[in-house]
Amino acid sequence: MKFGVIVFPGSNCDHDAYHIISKHVGQPVDFIWHRDTDLGTYDAIIIPGGFSYGDYLRAGALARFSPVMASVKGFAARGGFVLGICNGFQILCESGLLPGALIRNRGLHFICRHVNVRVETTETPFTHELKAGEVLSLPVAHAEGNYVCDDETYAELVGEDRVIFRYCDERGGLTEEANVNGSRAFIAGICSRERNVLGLMPHPERACEDLLGSSDGSGLFRSLAATLAAR
Amino acid sequence: MKAKVYVTLKSGVLDPQGKAIQHSVELLGYEGIADVRQGKYFEIALDGSLDEARARELAEAVGRDVLSNPVIEDYRVEVEA
Repeated sequence: MKFGVIVFPGSNCDHDAYHIISKHVGQPVDFIWHRDTDLGTYDAIIIPGGFSYGDYLRAGALARFSPVMASVKGFAARGGFVLGICNGFQILCESGLLPGALIRNRGLHFICRHVNVRVETTETPFTHELKAGEVLSLPVAHAEGNYVCDDETYAELVGEDRVIFRYCDERGGLTEEANVNGSRAFIAGICSRERNVLGLMPHPERACEDLLGSSDGSGLFRSLAATLAAR
Repeated sequence: MKAKVYVTLKSGVLDPQGKAIQHSVELLGYEGIADVRQGKYFEIALDGSLDEARARELAEAVGRDVLSNPVIEDYRVEVEA
């Protein structure tokens, strides 16, 4: 199995993602410059966190016009696995690969700390090795993580079991204080209808080593690797 | 010729920046303000090769495809000779 990590001007979690795949998942991984368009040899693509194009216009808005994104759309349409983390989630929403949008945090501040998220479903290629209802401690680092969508989209997400992570307290409770950025219905991560595209604001790639305070993010990469190994 | 594009948040979308601005304005003692919504304004200078109708079409396309996100924003175009 082979992974690709897309690099936009302004990406800054690309090396973290590369590190996790090469050292923890132990699989081949390449950086893919945003002007490249050939994704033919990859099984999974990671769109990493950062500030692509300096967040100009809107977070993720300009990255979607990079040549590689047309290829990512084709890759996803063919069933390839796409994981968008933080700015990657914003780019997936701007590209229309995931519904909704991420706007300025309710409290306006850039939030950089560990938060708790609850695993809402294990019925995805990215979470099947986790437990439903399990609480993960993952870091967030964003100013635009406040997920919004219209009622119709929200009903669809819930009806199709596509809300994958929700912000919660340490026991898994959905309290207003736990909703760090004011996201609709505590949403921290969602997947596509075909379940092969996942976007989330927290950084699982920064939480795979106890030395960094939490290794709760590793289950996501373990799940994805197991999915690919079984193909 | 110049095209002006105004991008504004849709009415149902929360605007935490607008709220913070409103709060600051009220702290200064200005009264009578019911709400502040923050938006974006773009000026696009056109090179003169397009007539007004085509210029409007172009600005509409740029407003729709690039400058606004239809999930959260509306846009409005004005073309000035």
